[in-house]
Amino acid sequence: MTENTSTNKINSFQKQKNKDEMKKQVITFVLMIAFTIVAFAIVGTGIMQKMFVIPLLLILALVQVGFQFYYFMHLKDKGHEMPATMIYGGMWAALLTIVTLSVIAWW
Amino acid sequence: MSQDHSLNPETMPAEPEKATLEGKNKFFGLWFFLGGETVLFASLFGTYLALKNSTAGGPTSNDLFGLELVFLMTILLLTSSLTSVYAMYHMKNNEFKKMQLWLGITALLGLGFLACEIYEFAHYITDYGFTFRSSAFGSAFYTLVSFHGGHVIFGLSWLIALMVRNAKRGLNLYNAPKFNTFSLYWHFIDVVWVFIFTVVYLMGKVV
Repeated sequence: MTENTSTNKINSFQKQKNKDEMKKQVITFVLMIAFTIVAFAIVGTGIMQKMFVIPLLLILALVQVGFQFYYFMHLKDKGHEMPATMIYGGMWAALLTIVTLSVIAWW
Repeated sequence: MSQDHSLNPETMPAEPEKATLEGKNKFFGLWFFLGGETVLFASLFGTYLALKNSTAGGPTSNDLFGLELVFLMTILLLTSSLTSVYAMYHMKNNEFKKMQLWLGITALLGLGFLACEIYEFAHYITDYGFTFRSSAFGSAFYTLVSFHGGHVIFGLSWLIALMVRNAKRGLNLYNAPKFNTFSLYWHFIDVVWVFIFTVVYLMGKVV
């Protein structure tokens, strides 16, 4: 009798939720751009010593990657335990690989 | 057409990309794949770090790299990551046309990135004679950066194929997981680029 009024529509609660999520994503993006500018500025201006620059650059990169994984790729959301296991497993193997190759070459 | 109905429901679920078993499997499968990709890129990064000073008398990283172009490439790829987030936002709101629009912008930004990379390599080869065979540094550099560029080419082909193939279908529970899987892959390409611009370009400029 009653026509389906919600054909292919998303309810307003869900819509608001998506909107709030999108706001967070844009903030994440702004922060990532800021981190990128800081990283390039430090190297471009050469205001810091090499000893401090490299660890700082790596920290900036790790934070950016964290944003990318947790916000853009939703690792922070529920139901992402298995993906987190995969990525942390991969990162652990990655760390071992990089440390091994660097130590072989530079020790 | 009961099957068709189950994939084109009257009310779209909140997470259309994970509403079907196939969607869930695609989601987990892609993360599994990304775990493996992490290790693949780690071995290339490790090789690069081990060989970056073996220049065989040729140009060094500090001679070659220009930060302006790399900054532009970073902004292009980072923005394309945000535009694909916008595409997924519209997917969740079941707005197919807007999703396609943002995916199209993502593709254009990706193409811009690729054009910059081709220009960069051409510049190194013609102006510095710096090729894959110049030195161990050259081999490691081109292998690492081109592997990433190859991923961008693959991602763009994937995206364009998805957009064209589904242009007339509209959004349903069959293709929503496909778009979501692509978007995750595209973010991962950006993750790898963050490490490339940090480890290869920025650290290569710090002497």
